[in-house]
Amino acid sequence: MNVHIDPGLCQGHGRCYGLAPALFREDDEGYGQVLGDGIVAPESERDARLAALNCPEHAIELAEEG
Amino acid sequence: MAIDERFTRGRQEAGEGEVAGTRSEIITSPVRDWATDFSHLEPEWSADPYPIQDDLRQRCPIAHTERFGGARLPTRHEDVAAIAHDTERFSSRSVVLSNFRPPRELAPIGGSPPISSDPPFHHDARKLLLPAFTKKALARYEPATRAFCHSLIDSFAGRDVVDAAQDYAQHIPMRVIADMLGFPPQDGPRFREFVEDLLEGINLPPDERVDRVSRMFDYLLEQVHDHLDEPRDDLTTYLINAELYGRKLDPPVVTGAMALLLIAGIDTSWSAIGASLWHLAKTPADRERLVAEPGLLPTAMEELLRAYAPVTMARLVKEDMHWHGVDMKAEDWILLSFPAANRDPLQFDRAQEVVIDREVNRHAAFGLGIHRCLGSHLARMELRVALEAWLERIPEFTLDDPGAVTWSAGQIRGPRALPLRIG
Ligand code: HEM
Ligand code: SF4
Repeated sequence: MNVHIDPGLCQGHGRCYGLAPALFREDDEGYGQVLGDGIVAPESERDARLAALNCPEHAIELAEEG
Repeated sequence: MAIDERFTRGRQEAGEGEVAGTRSEIITSPVRDWATDFSHLEPEWSADPYPIQDDLRQRCPIAHTERFGGARLPTRHEDVAAIAHDTERFSSRSVVLSNFRPPRELAPIGGSPPISSDPPFHHDARKLLLPAFTKKALARYEPATRAFCHSLIDSFAGRDVVDAAQDYAQHIPMRVIADMLGFPPQDGPRFREFVEDLLEGINLPPDERVDRVSRMFDYLLEQVHDHLDEPRDDLTTYLINAELYGRKLDPPVVTGAMALLLIAGIDTSWSAIGASLWHLAKTPADRERLVAEPGLLPTAMEELLRAYAPVTMARLVKEDMHWHGVDMKAEDWILLSFPAANRDPLQFDRAQEVVIDREVNRHAAFGLGIHRCLGSHLARMELRVALEAWLERIPEFTLDDPGAVTWSAGQIRGPRALPLRIG
């Protein structure tokens, strides 16, 4: 699975880095950033989904790999 | 002594002449029909707005009123979100719905940037403040906040009943903001007056409102002078030195930003902490579960923020238009109810229930779009620490007298009297 934040939509609510600090962090202005290359290990997939489902701006995109 | 010409008295006062704007007739009678005559200032609304909002969502999802010179009230999540995201059609020039519309020329800056600002200025004013309000930057206030909460609880020793709104919740954000701005901690009660004047004095005669507002700005200017004489590592000094477009901020921008932090940061967190304790006091199953499982608190907190979202904002319609099925006129107010959006069954399962372990919770308590609450990370820290300290020290508590609980009037809703039995 791949995770991506759309910077055009993110408003820095911080739900992602609050819920899944292993996958996301905040930048200097509080906007969300994906840690590393955005590839989500199988054991973190649940956290990634949880973050996406809680982002008030629908800014987190998940892509399942074929 | 440092001399900064921006803050000399004469210049500041010159800026206060701007009482131009439009006034509408003050109407305070009981509401005839919420769909066509709503008023969020009537006692039924502050006592319990949710049944009213649920009813409107079904039969008239964008209600209106002739009061306040004309206003609209959307109650569906979809409409609230669309308005919050649409800064082209809806202006933030005034976010407090009243009988006074500030002059249109005030846009895009507004009286207290960034909350009163529209693009493109909004982005720049907000950018200035964002670094001071990240989760990381605010972590440094957590230990002092926790110690302060414990000291408030220490002061309850020997009492069986305390007022959780007056004796606890209210003091926490006041102290934290005073710390951040570098104001004397004992000035807390004065902040409270300022906040009450602005948020609850809506139906007072306009001149009296103006007088009250200038009292606050006089105080803030005094604080600015104190910081000019003696700069320190706090937000006030930061604002005095901050630069926008290559020059330092104009005094009304500095004092406006300070005012905003006082106004936006106190009543709101006070309300959220109070409403959470109110819920736990009357819902023993949730209280016991949180005491047993402290790790659930961050999830529970989001649910309490959803269900009892304290903040409703306002917008002004920019031009006449037909929007989502209704006619809106230029200068109509929009009462932008994030609380109503948070209880829309199309967006949330079991929307009317508090589900303390709700995992999927895309609530809008901190707003949506470019004005997302600047203080949301601070508010969450205050709420978490206030509840952790309380539950640790006072695991058992109940409403002492449900009939004695009172709620604030206006756009920020939370308990203002909350007698709890703790012993
Ligand atoms: C639980 C507590 C709080 C809630 C529910 C809350 C809610 C909100 C909401 C809904 C908005 C959006 C305004 C709009 O769309 O027009 C907002 C904006 C804002 N809030 Fe909060 N707030 C809280 C606490 C705080 C605190 C503690 C501070 C700061 C000390 C703060 C500062 C601000 C500021 C400066 C804005 C304007 C941001 C902008 O326009 O860019 N808030 N808040
Ligand atoms: S939760 Fe959404 S809006 Fe908030 S920081 Fe993460 S991506 Fe951005």
